[in-house]
Amino acid sequence: MGKRLLLEHAHVESIDRLDVYRRHGGYAAVEKALKSMSPAEVVEEVKKSGLRGRGGAGFPTGLKWSFLDKKSGRPRYLVCNADESEPGTFKDRYLMEKLPHLLLEGIIVSSYALESHCAFIYVRGEFRWIIKILERAIEEACAAGWLGKNILGTGFDLDIIVHPGAGAYICGEETALLESLEGKRGLPRIKPPFPAVVGLYGMPTVVNNVETLAATPWIVLNGGDAYASIGIGKSTGTKLISACGNIRKPGVYEIELGLSLEEFLYSDEWCGGMEGAYGLKAVVPGGSSVPILPASLALKTASGQPRLLSYESLAEGGFESGSMLGSGGFIVYDEAQCIVRNTFNFARFYHHESCGQCSPCREGTGWLERILHKLEEGHGTLADIDLLWDVQKKIEGNTICPLGDAAAWPVASAIRHFRHEFEEHVHHPERCLFRRRQAAVPVNALAEPV
Amino acid sequence: MIRITIDDIETQVEEGTTILNAARKIGGKIVPPAMCYYSSLPGSGGKCRACLVKVEQASARDPRPMPKLVASCCTPAQDGMVVRNITSPEVIEARKGVVELLLVNHPLDCPICDQAGECDLQNFAYEHGLEKTRSEFPRRTFDPIDIGPHIQLHMTRCILCYRCTLVADQLTNERVHGILWRGEVSEISTYIQKAIDNDFSGNMIDVCPVGALTDKHFRFRNRVWFLNPMDAHRACSKCSGKVVLWLRGKEIYRVTARKDAYGEVHDFICNACRWEHYDLNDWVVEGPRSFQPWSVINANKYNAQTKELPDQLYSKLDNRRWNEFEGVT
Ligand SMILES: Cc1cc2nc3c(=O)[nH]c(=O)nc-3n(C[C@H](O)[C@H](O)[C@H](O)COP(=O)(O)O)c2cc1C
Ligand code: SF4
Ligand code: SF4
Ligand code: SF4
Ligand code: FES
Repeated sequence: MGKRLLLEHAHVESIDRLDVYRRHGGYAAVEKALKSMSPAEVVEEVKKSGLRGRGGAGFPTGLKWSFLDKKSGRPRYLVCNADESEPGTFKDRYLMEKLPHLLLEGIIVSSYALESHCAFIYVRGEFRWIIKILERAIEEACAAGWLGKNILGTGFDLDIIVHPGAGAYICGEETALLESLEGKRGLPRIKPPFPAVVGLYGMPTVVNNVETLAATPWIVLNGGDAYASIGIGKSTGTKLISACGNIRKPGVYEIELGLSLEEFLYSDEWCGGMEGAYGLKAVVPGGSSVPILPASLALKTASGQPRLLSYESLAEGGFESGSMLGSGGFIVYDEAQCIVRNTFNFARFYHHESCGQCSPCREGTGWLERILHKLEEGHGTLADIDLLWDVQKKIEGNTICPLGDAAAWPVASAIRHFRHEFEEHVHHPERCLFRRRQAAVPVNALAEPV
Repeated sequence: MIRITIDDIETQVEEGTTILNAARKIGGKIVPPAMCYYSSLPGSGGKCRACLVKVEQASARDPRPMPKLVASCCTPAQDGMVVRNITSPEVIEARKGVVELLLVNHPLDCPICDQAGECDLQNFAYEHGLEKTRSEFPRRTFDPIDIGPHIQLHMTRCILCYRCTLVADQLTNERVHGILWRGEVSEISTYIQKAIDNDFSGNMIDVCPVGALTDKHFRFRNRVWFLNPMDAHRACSKCSGKVVLWLRGKEIYRVTARKDAYGEVHDFICNACRWEHYDLNDWVVEGPRSFQPWSVINANKYNAQTKELPDQLYSKLDNRRWNEFEGVT
């Protein structure tokens, strides 16, 4: 078994209830932080731990916290980003469902570190049952004195408010989230200023992912150095990976960063290898927004090193031959999957979710989807593949928020690594693997035309 | 004061000035095009991405380049910043991309559009556009609707610059319109078919960079390039009363606010000045309005050679609709 810092007790019966959670050592971090550490000391431990944001960008958490404007004396807010809507990513949902008190504990110690007295959990609106779980946990914690006024008699006050989203992926982008929380349209803000200076209601604000915050109690209890000794290089600690696709054991796993992708995919401890008869075709290692890796580059980097599940190793090779750890949504495709179809599917998602604020993303995502649809339907030409490449390039890097890039990268990487499949859709649309599967045409003897 | 260099030209600006405004201080060809930023509307900018520039050096203290192109209208200048606009092939390429994407869903019905000749998108496409669109898919279309007694909305032509909603936010006490839906299907809309009817609503027409919001009183009455713009004013209790009269002979065809060299209005006018004073005797005429570089017609890029038109032809065109005399020139 790998190290489990987050999910150690996830399988304990009723661990979502305060008394059970307490019996397994819960809220010890709150006690330690509030009673024996100063806020600055907590920030220092988190800095030392090397913890990086688990929401996708991997920004060092301690550093982000140190940007928070404390000098002006304005109210500060901590916002937990629980909007998890990225296709392929479903780790926060699991964590909140199983261990709501771990998240609350993380929010309490983090709020203490940031000297914030009001924290919000912005939950994806579709997670109705989770909203109930969180609200019950907050009630329990309030009743037991872990939340509210004068926590543990230390004089520290904290309220946590659960705020459901209304079904927009873009509200996971931190500044759109803040707009939405303020009751406005969920449009990403133009930066600068950054939330650390002008955030929720114009006040200094830190936005952190669920998993990021849930990692802080362990750091408080065991020290930043202990956390930093886990993992590899600048990828410290553990990461939740939500694995799905053509694997035997889809699910949410906690891994020590630095585990080899091959082991994660084939070991029975994790994904358990490919499901069914087909071999590995490709992996999207970090949620739908990151570049797809063909099997060869998923298992080994271009320089022949084993590919590891870490921020650095997954990014090795840049856009040419690498990808990103992203939010840890691990999507596996076997040889019977159609890459054009899957790329179309992602493009449809980004088109639907674009907020429409800036022109390249608003107009470009729809265009990408339409060209891909045409290709997938078998009406495309070779020129369409080049056009697709051109259009994604016009979006990438030119938008207000990273959703534009997230729409462009899957398309770019699919063409880069699987151009032959796109060309096949032009010359022999009837060979499309997706349609063969739909028509229940056996896909064996893949190299053979139907 | 801080120093900033744009396309190898150095200037000094106040701290907090954006790159775009620093470029405007230098003036000329190096000024990035702007289709959503509007200096007199706080909160505008950042959306159209027409004004993207390359920051080669972020500041004297941090001489690294910025990794992505930035929107010059909302990126503050730093001391020692080095920016490239028209001297960067990357910027020109990105701008071409922005034009092409803006036109993917745009009808390009310039021949029947009231904005033709004074349209930012037309200018922008002329400078940076491709010969023809590469999109073969059906465009997003909407039926024109009347929003209030004075204004017609052609949503099909809207580029979602958000300027008109900011006018509503900032000049009037009650906002009755905004943006509905999201993404590609977003649209400007009034609150449940509510009319936009307040004393300053007409300014929405002036800030609209395209022909999406048009003056119902002026629609199809004439083409702008057949009219003589004259600066004029009157004593008005609601606004500055400083306007441009668009004349044909002694007849006022329309009244607009005055736009500066970048197409921006600084003295917004009230609806009474705009629509209730079509008699020349109501106005003190100051004299002809000088040529504006932002207009296609004034840059002589449009093929209608109005000034050269012989008098008889000129009179024949009177009061006709454009599509009736298409092909005359
Ligand atoms: C389109 C888009 C969607 C995002 N969705 C989420 C999300 O659902 N959950 C999340 O934690 N971060 C999401 N992010 C990243 C956030 O903007 C932000 O970086 C993150 O919440 C910061 O927390 P962290 O530093 O703890 O990772 C999204 C970003 C973008 C651009
Ligand atoms: S990139 Fe897309 S989602 Fe992000 S602000 Fe622009 S239109 Fe909205
Ligand atoms: S808005 Fe401008 S580009 Fe569009 S049709 Fe009218 S004049 Fe032409
Ligand atoms: S109607 Fe005109 S001003 Fe309003 S958003 Fe559209 S283009 Fe901009
Ligand atoms: S003018 Fe800067 S983005 Fe539109």
